[in-house]
Amino acid sequence: MPKTVGIPRGLFFYEYYPLWKRFFEELGAQVILSEPTSKQILDAGVKSCVDEACLPLKVFHGHVLNLVGKVDYLFIPRLTSVSKNEYICPKIGGLPDMIKHTLQGLPRIIDTEINLRKSSSNAYKAAYEIGMNFSSNSTEIRKAYKKALQSHEAHKEKLKSGILPDEIFSKKSARIHPKKELTLDIAVIGHAYNLFDSYVSMEMLAKLRKNNINIHTIDMVDESDINQMHKALRKRMFWNFGRRAVGSALHFLGREGMDGVIYVMSFGCGVDSFVCDMVERRIRQNSDIPFIVLTLDEHSGEAGMDTRLEAFIDMIRWRKLNESNIPAYG
Amino acid sequence: MKVTFPHMGNTYICAKALMDDFGIDYVIPPFNSKKTLEIGTKYAPELACLPLKINIGNFVQAHRQGADTMIITGGCGPCRFGYYSEMNREILKDIGCELDVIALEWPDQGLPEFLRRVKKLTGGLNVVKISRVLKDVTQIAKMMDDFERLSFRVRPREVHKGDTDRIYKAFLNKVLKTAGSSEIKKLIRDATSELLSIDMDRDFVPLKVGIVGEIYTTIDPFTNNNIASKLGNMGIEVDRQVTVSGWIIEHIIKNALHLPRDLRYAEAARPYLGTMIGGHAQETLGHTVLYAKEGYDGVIQVYPLTCMPEIVAESILPAVERDYDISVLTLIIDEMTGEAGYDTRIEAFVDLLKRRRERKNVGEATVLFGN
Repeated sequence: MPKTVGIPRGLFFYEYYPLWKRFFEELGAQVILSEPTSKQILDAGVKSCVDEACLPLKVFHGHVLNLVGKVDYLFIPRLTSVSKNEYICPKIGGLPDMIKHTLQGLPRIIDTEINLRKSSSNAYKAAYEIGMNFSSNSTEIRKAYKKALQSHEAHKEKLKSGILPDEIFSKKSARIHPKKELTLDIAVIGHAYNLFDSYVSMEMLAKLRKNNINIHTIDMVDESDINQMHKALRKRMFWNFGRRAVGSALHFLGREGMDGVIYVMSFGCGVDSFVCDMVERRIRQNSDIPFIVLTLDEHSGEAGMDTRLEAFIDMIRWRKLNESNIPAYG
Repeated sequence: MKVTFPHMGNTYICAKALMDDFGIDYVIPPFNSKKTLEIGTKYAPELACLPLKINIGNFVQAHRQGADTMIITGGCGPCRFGYYSEMNREILKDIGCELDVIALEWPDQGLPEFLRRVKKLTGGLNVVKISRVLKDVTQIAKMMDDFERLSFRVRPREVHKGDTDRIYKAFLNKVLKTAGSSEIKKLIRDATSELLSIDMDRDFVPLKVGIVGEIYTTIDPFTNNNIASKLGNMGIEVDRQVTVSGWIIEHIIKNALHLPRDLRYAEAARPYLGTMIGGHAQETLGHTVLYAKEGYDGVIQVYPLTCMPEIVAESILPAVERDYDISVLTLIIDEMTGEAGYDTRIEAFVDLLKRRRERKNVGEATVLFGN
């Protein structure tokens, strides 16, 4: 009977799932995912989590509850940092402790700290520590780690080519079928766990595609372009997401033919409150590209969101088709 | 160059001493008020934490009084405070009240840039003078915190209600008229002895409450609606471990000189929060555990809405409450906080603590009585 490891479908799942899955499977463990986000999962999370936490954390609590009783181990690594000299977010750093002290009856939690702030070789150390739960053979762990990294690279390549995580995981592709309508290019900036969770984002990406829109996300921008553009800031951002969001927003600004920017943030997100403001200021200062901020929380209604999206898209279309630069009054 | 700085409780006294001694021209922004917060709320991002909003208000008001340069400390995460200097710069630039920023933090460019900033501020790199002034300022910070701590102990025991507040306010008024660290030190010493000489009921055993949470909101009386004096006047002795001098000594000086730090709180917090996650989350949890062990009756956690580290602490605090049988009240502050609702919750919490102590003294056999 293989040991089972539960991975909650939340937060860094969208970026690291192939890596984690491959690693555990190479070591002979069976990976069990929580169910896709649903009203039940969100409600369970909201009930068990402190009110002040942000939406993605509440969703994550729900996913953990969804796995209770089904698995031997829960994989909730303490993600302090995933890149040199950068952090993620204090809440994510303290996540395993939050889970342990708020939820009852949990299976064993693998909460190894992953901290690459000082040196990226810490990643292997963390992997080794995690692997020790399943194998005592260090060569085996190293092999599994290497294969996992390959899966991760392949995943990143796919994301970069514009395939969304949902399509990668379900192995279905949902390319847009060109219609007569004008095709627009819109950048959608936001945390992966907000954008790619179709329940949380209320299928925003699918809706955009249905409207004949090419979506551009942070994952599709070259790391070198991001770093180049990020230099425009006087003080570097010390959040991994902050650097990537500001860098890619500025990159999109400089790109020919970008029609609009949508910033998706969750209410109460500390990092977003500053990053979004920075992005907005830069966009307003340097261009006349339409920009909209959509804030998500557990009370967001789908109708309201749709209306705002449609209005935004219509505005861009009208502007492209009809703008004549002649004032409307005479 | 006319320098200004943001308010945080009594830190302006340290800043004043520093600039007096260096002979820098400065403006103390008007004290935090509703007006300050209103200005800040108008210009800062909606979901930014409260201290940023108040800082923006401070700077706009100081700019109106002729300031052209701001000093602010910083850091490099993961708490948002590390990015305050840039947010301030961008926001103020966009509303046309441009202030030069001197960020007293370790810059990305390293030592030369840091020295350039210090030189710009002090007008030279006279090491002897700089270290003397820094020593004096640290002493003042320490004396101020001791003075404040003394007022926490005297206030619930005073015989004539209001004596402590009167002396405290008189002291704050006098400080503004002094110049230089030696005069300020003398003033603090005088006020301390004045405080010690008031009539006190020395047999009175007050309830004891510890205040924990995010540093700005716990220290700044405008932001936390004067919680320390409010509790004191209700006959409760308060304590607060997170202080300005603590921050200077433990965080800056000991870190820079690689001296061993006082990490009892981290030790106490370890079973609940294993690592540093930024801000004061570890302090909040650790001090709550320590207060419980020292026999405090309750703990109040104060933090600004959306503060990331404190949210983690808040969600773990119930476990501490359970394990150590101590009552914790969490108060979250933003620009919408109304004083009446806030007071009601504090009063209810105090009532609860009183009942709990009665029960402890009398035993479980207490009955609600009526007539």
